[in-house]
Amino acid sequence: MTAVQEETVAEPIRVMLAKIGLDGHDRGVKVVARTLRDAGMEVVYTGLHRRPEQVVEAAVQEDVDILGISLLSGAHMPIFTRLFDLLAQLDEPHRFAIVAGGVMPDEDETELKQMGVGAVLGQDSTPESIVAEIRSLAGR
Amino acid sequence: MTATAPLAERVLRGEQGALARALTLVERRAPGCDEVVAELHRAAGRAHVIGVTGPPGSGKSTLVAAMAAEYRRAGRTVGIIAVDPSSVFTGGAILGDRIRMSELAGDRGVFIRSFATRGALGGLARVALDAVTVLDAAGRDVVVLETVGVGQAEVDVVSGAQSVAVVSVPGLGDGVQAIKAGLLEIADVHVVNKADREGAHRTVSELREMLRLSRRRPGQWNVPVEQTVAHSGEGVPDLIERFDEHMTWMAGNGERERRARRAAATRIRWAAEELVRGRLRPGSPAFDAAVDEVAGKRDDPAAAARRLLEQL
Repeated sequence: MTAVQEETVAEPIRVMLAKIGLDGHDRGVKVVARTLRDAGMEVVYTGLHRRPEQVVEAAVQEDVDILGISLLSGAHMPIFTRLFDLLAQLDEPHRFAIVAGGVMPDEDETELKQMGVGAVLGQDSTPESIVAEIRSLAGR
Repeated sequence: MTATAPLAERVLRGEQGALARALTLVERRAPGCDEVVAELHRAAGRAHVIGVTGPPGSGKSTLVAAMAAEYRRAGRTVGIIAVDPSSVFTGGAILGDRIRMSELAGDRGVFIRSFATRGALGGLARVALDAVTVLDAAGRDVVVLETVGVGQAEVDVVSGAQSVAVVSVPGLGDGVQAIKAGLLEIADVHVVNKADREGAHRTVSELREMLRLSRRRPGQWNVPVEQTVAHSGEGVPDLIERFDEHMTWMAGNGERERRARRAAATRIRWAAEELVRGRLRPGSPAFDAAVDEVAGKRDDPAAAARRLLEQL
């Protein structure tokens, strides 16, 4: 007779999605949130108009695997610069990977990656590619 | 695997990163979890643990945020555990409580952690109360446990709190009906949120009516019905005062110890259930043998269970 298979569930990937600064466009980030949820991830959404300090603090408290920042305001360079400054000031190194999403020119993408952004997901990213990218960054 | 003792020490010092890691450990029931909780359990017991529950859309998150802001004004530190349901189909979840707690963001005196139910509410109850232990041991003056009050399992979660607030809103019609089933009995304070809306007075009087009908013993806590408008903070200072009064009342007549004993009993039982479930799983020879016996009609389930338990 076949033994009953014990269901083993992998730990869900925890993702924080954040909007920083004066950027009121959150349809994209909400679609991404649902996409990730439907892929079995736990998504903490911060809501609009957060300051980088608040986002870093929240990501530490929630102990997420991925911090995704959605930016459509064009202010991504100063915001990510500030974000990485804050991350460098943490008492211990952060363990989450950083993902940028939204509208960013190609030349900025290279610079963002040099700063430490793990992936830049532009507006032409498919849901599948977003999920795949996040899974690979989370390593599960 | 991980150096657990130092982690507990760092939690006791109130380090944010350590606190977050300890909560993850508790949530995953990862190796080393029991040791860390054991160490923190001894240090816990100072915090005022407040459970907040109510139907979806009653404004719990906003109310919890307003409560935390009020506690901060009084110089007290706050830990918040916000529980949201996971999707039954994919196991994923969107945890949106922080959206309503934006005012608190960036204040180190407030530590917020979102948990998803992950399909197993019984398991969640244990996780949530262990998480309370972690925040309590880390020196938070007030720990708020927020859950959607829909089922018995959520009731179990908040009953681990010292003071339980049940939130309702006017206009839900049978909102009061919905909460009266199991939640009414566990409320130490009733909150009618969104009290600026039409029908608030009716909801308040319905609740008062229901409380009047419940059996009262002499010296019993008089469950107040508070009205709040969480997004403006109206009524929240009074609500905080009620919680403080409740704590004073509990401390004065031994109720605090009684509740601590009740919570301890519940948690021992949960821990025991988890241990038993861990032993009684396919792959363990005694269990598989019992399955064969019962399936083959040579033994019955209850007798097999008794026998297995004795062998544990």
